[in-house]
Amino acid sequence: MQKLMKYIRPFWLTILFGLAIKFTATYIELQIPKLMQIVLDEKVPAGLEREIYLFGGLMVLCSILAMVMNITANRIASRTAGKITKRLRHELFDKLQHLSPRQMDAVTVPSAVSRLTSDSYNVNNLIVRIQRIGVRAPILLIGGIFSMMTMDVPLSLILIALLPFISVVVYVVTKKSVPLHRKTHELQDRIVMISQENITGVRVVKALSKTEYEKKRFDGAVEDRNKVSLKAQKITGISGPLTTLILNLGLTILVVVGAYRVNAAQVRPGVIVAFLQYFVMILNAAVMVTRVIIMCATAQASANRIAEVMALPEDMLLLPGEEAEKNAPHIAFRDVTFSYSGKGNNLENLNFSLERGQTLGILGATGAGKSTILKLLLRLYDVDAGKILMDGRDIRSIPNEELREKFGVVFQNDFVKMTTIGENIRYYREICDEALLSAIADAQAATFVEEKGGLTGAVDIRGNNLSGGQKQRLLISRALAGKPEVLILDDASSALDYKTDAQLRRALRQNYETATKIIVAQRISSLRHADLILVMDDGAVIGAGNHEALMESCGEYRMIAQAQMGEREEGA
Amino acid sequence: MAGIRGRLTRGEQSGDRRGLSNKPVDKRKTLLRLWRYLGRSRYLLLAAIFLSVAGSALALYGPKLSGIALDAVDLGAGKVDFSVVWRCAFWMVACYLLSALLTYLLRIAMAYLSRDVATHMRRDIFANMMRLPVGFYDKNQAGDIISILTYDVDTVNTTISADAVQILQSVVTVVVSFLMMLSIAPVLVLIFCVTVPLTFLFSKWYAGWTRKLFRARSQKLGALNGFVEEMLTAHTTTRAYGREEAVLREFDEKNDEAIKAFTTAEANGTMNGPIVNFISNLSLSFVCLFGAVLFYRQQVTLGNLSSFIQYSRKFSGPINEIANIFADLQSALAAAERVFALIDAEPEKEDAIDAIELETVFGDVQFQQVDFSYLPEKPIIKKLDIHASPGSLTAIVGHTGAGKTTIINLLMRFYDVDGGRILLDGKDIRDITRKSLRKAYSMVLQDTWLFNGTIFENIAYGKPDATQEEVEQAAKAAHIHGYISRLPEGYNTVLSDNGASISKGQKQLLTIARAMLLDAHMLILDEATSNVDTRTEQKIQDAMRQLMKGKTCFVIAHRLSTIRSADNILVLDQGEVVEQGTHESLMAQKGHYYKLYNAQFDSAG
Repeated sequence: MQKLMKYIRPFWLTILFGLAIKFTATYIELQIPKLMQIVLDEKVPAGLEREIYLFGGLMVLCSILAMVMNITANRIASRTAGKITKRLRHELFDKLQHLSPRQMDAVTVPSAVSRLTSDSYNVNNLIVRIQRIGVRAPILLIGGIFSMMTMDVPLSLILIALLPFISVVVYVVTKKSVPLHRKTHELQDRIVMISQENITGVRVVKALSKTEYEKKRFDGAVEDRNKVSLKAQKITGISGPLTTLILNLGLTILVVVGAYRVNAAQVRPGVIVAFLQYFVMILNAAVMVTRVIIMCATAQASANRIAEVMALPEDMLLLPGEEAEKNAPHIAFRDVTFSYSGKGNNLENLNFSLERGQTLGILGATGAGKSTILKLLLRLYDVDAGKILMDGRDIRSIPNEELREKFGVVFQNDFVKMTTIGENIRYYREICDEALLSAIADAQAATFVEEKGGLTGAVDIRGNNLSGGQKQRLLISRALAGKPEVLILDDASSALDYKTDAQLRRALRQNYETATKIIVAQRISSLRHADLILVMDDGAVIGAGNHEALMESCGEYRMIAQAQMGEREEGA
Repeated sequence: MAGIRGRLTRGEQSGDRRGLSNKPVDKRKTLLRLWRYLGRSRYLLLAAIFLSVAGSALALYGPKLSGIALDAVDLGAGKVDFSVVWRCAFWMVACYLLSALLTYLLRIAMAYLSRDVATHMRRDIFANMMRLPVGFYDKNQAGDIISILTYDVDTVNTTISADAVQILQSVVTVVVSFLMMLSIAPVLVLIFCVTVPLTFLFSKWYAGWTRKLFRARSQKLGALNGFVEEMLTAHTTTRAYGREEAVLREFDEKNDEAIKAFTTAEANGTMNGPIVNFISNLSLSFVCLFGAVLFYRQQVTLGNLSSFIQYSRKFSGPINEIANIFADLQSALAAAERVFALIDAEPEKEDAIDAIELETVFGDVQFQQVDFSYLPEKPIIKKLDIHASPGSLTAIVGHTGAGKTTIINLLMRFYDVDGGRILLDGKDIRDITRKSLRKAYSMVLQDTWLFNGTIFENIAYGKPDATQEEVEQAAKAAHIHGYISRLPEGYNTVLSDNGASISKGQKQLLTIARAMLLDAHMLILDEATSNVDTRTEQKIQDAMRQLMKGKTCFVIAHRLSTIRSADNILVLDQGEVVEQGTHESLMAQKGHYYKLYNAQFDSAG
């Protein structure tokens, strides 16, 4: 919570101003029952009809003042909270974007989203509520008690004695029901999950005639949720009637005790009437205060979740630049070892180098470490041992902006944004339309882009209106559009048919001659003309060389090649 | 509702892709249907009505009693009539206790009532979801459907169960307070001729005004959420291209809009409290003012005045709530329309009454002059003829988007043909029950589908009575057994979204294992091994061959080498079969297939 103060501090004058208005407004509101009591007990018996009207007018005036000031204060509160939240979200999003993938994996995207939205919303709510109720309720409480004290102390004590009871009821009920409500939410998520599964898997469910089974599964999930939710409601339901009961019993006691005090001439009857008003007002305030305290607990949890992310250290620092090696290859891996988890290396002692304009092909089974090589080169992760050089410079000494400018990348199942085709390819860079169109042509995407309405054609969420092959070509266009020094394609053409894939390769060769290309693929035909092919197995290179050399030396490669190409190879 | 149907009849599909949008519907009809949901739990409803009326009436009797007591007090010092005070106190306690008890019982009754309503609604929706044709899900967003199932049902439910009772309670409170006030001091009631219309006018104006603001707020917040979710998923891509700053700028724009909408809604929304307080303070001032005058003229007693003030507070409470209740009702109606639209969405056409239940399947499939299109202006398949004899292997090849997957949609009757017919063992498949038709096929699709459940459950999905041994056998054949046994929980490992450790290739192997457990006569493989690496694919070759043995198979594949042994290869281009024949005959033709086949080895161009 202290970490939030940093965001609140710049606004403290405004907040203070708002609170002052709120304070005054609440004080004025508190005068209304008091004025009424004076009218009933003093002005009426004395028969001062003019003063009765005067006091009546005063009450109306107080009401108007209270309203105007309350509205003003609330507006100030909302506006300040909005500004604070805006700043908070801005910094949080900035921070999240600069997390390393390793940190993001630890935080997880859904959790990051909920921190940025619902957690920041909770904090915002608290800031608003504290300004609105946090002041009003205590003032109503203290001011009300004070006003009552000035009228009659013993009667006020009845009320003060009731307050702890109300707080305890609200507190206990909330404490008991919050875990149940949370559990209800979790079970609700299960219902959502089952529905989602049934929507995405509708073909399988129908093909296997599992609709009745799925209905039962769904009903079961609903039933589970209902059980917990009913239990929660049974507990929460106590709080309302019980607080009202306490309040009403208090009123009864007030009437009885009041009767004795009037009989003993210690108070006037009008005091009782005014007290009945104060009671309702103050007890409502007490309930509000308790609620704000509970809200603080929720917001505290949210604030902590936000602070947790903010406190993550920058984990990939820039190394001091050393003298670049002379006549160095464009890209070189030197004894690179890396592990995601810290136990069991995902890559071990990897060595290779590429000259500018050369093509590297990487082949291997799922989990062999193909994508890891790419992620290390992009410095999404840092190597554990060894180093990666570009033009002779350790990539850890190249500023991120400079390093990443060099690349055009397509990851496996890469991201497609819900916007236009043009914006998807441009991806926040400054690239003119002509360059986009030529990238589209090279990526063999021209025909379908035309069909979908050109650069302004719409792309649905996650690219749902595109086929797998179209998505891949869109992504390749994105990688090509920046005229990269290094082009990285991670299984980026697997959904293309062979003919299109071949045309793509031809375009790459002709129009991106100077770009160094790194291609991960499962099809040998996508790789066979590479200058260097690495055959990976379990983090290690088990074969390196060009196609012909590997056909000679690498049994694994030969096997894959034969499997894919069949007798064509023998006949050729 | 017409809108939804339009979604489903392909003929009416327009540019609007969101099928479940609101369309003006007859409000009375919607209300009537809502009422029917409540009617299903009529005894609970009756109990709730009784409890709420009795509870509020008892609570309302309190001020009357305190007024009587006050009059006994107002006799002055030394003259207080304690027997009256004590008697009133006793009855007050009794009333309040009983009222609290009844209110609590009411809460419980309401909890049960709302559970019943929501459960019935959700069941009805889900049951229809299970009946809807596949095409419905191809056209409507999953998120939209799910938000109906969760958010909209909750909205309807809270309103009709909670608000219905609240309205009832409010009516009782307003009527009883009004009568009480009338009996105490009819003249003072005139004050409400000013404040009540004031409240009504304010409420009406306020509800309309803020609804717009709050709608804008939700919309902008939704846009921000969507953006954040999208761009954080794209985290790696953004980092790889180094575009963090540019993305942050767009975030700021969305954040700005969201905050602005939020602040506006919030600032104006919070006017409600002070204004309602003002109106109630105003009534109080007037009551006090004129009450004092009447009291002075000895037309009312102090006790009367006190009771009157308390009743006036109770009276204005519900009146002030009108604005909120009205807004709630509006949103509930809108939500109900969405709920009913989904319940009414046209399901798959019922099987014909005389539809045949397939028993023995030979697996002879014929397409005769089949026409089909998803959009009428874009025919996908034209006059297609195919014949697959029992036990044969038909391969379908062609460019992406040539209509390969459509053939499978038609075989399984996920869609029905527009023209021509498809025969299975000589019977039109539209004359066969869907269930038995689909049971005749096993299929492995490109989009692997696994659900949150154990690995065992996922493999045995199509054969619930499968033994551990059978499941392991299938897993072994699919070469995934080794991986599964290395997991700490083995076959009991729960697959979930967060368990990202399982790769696409492994997922596909699991679905292959699932298909291996099925005992169908026909097999559909749609890019079944596209995500499996070549080495593993080789290893499962035998198992795949075993799986295909003796079955009529339809195979879509990119790797042409896998389908060379097919009995019949269909080469699709723009929805038309441009070539048909065996590998050898097609190669000899030197046409489309020849080019496609050679292209896969041709990287030199």
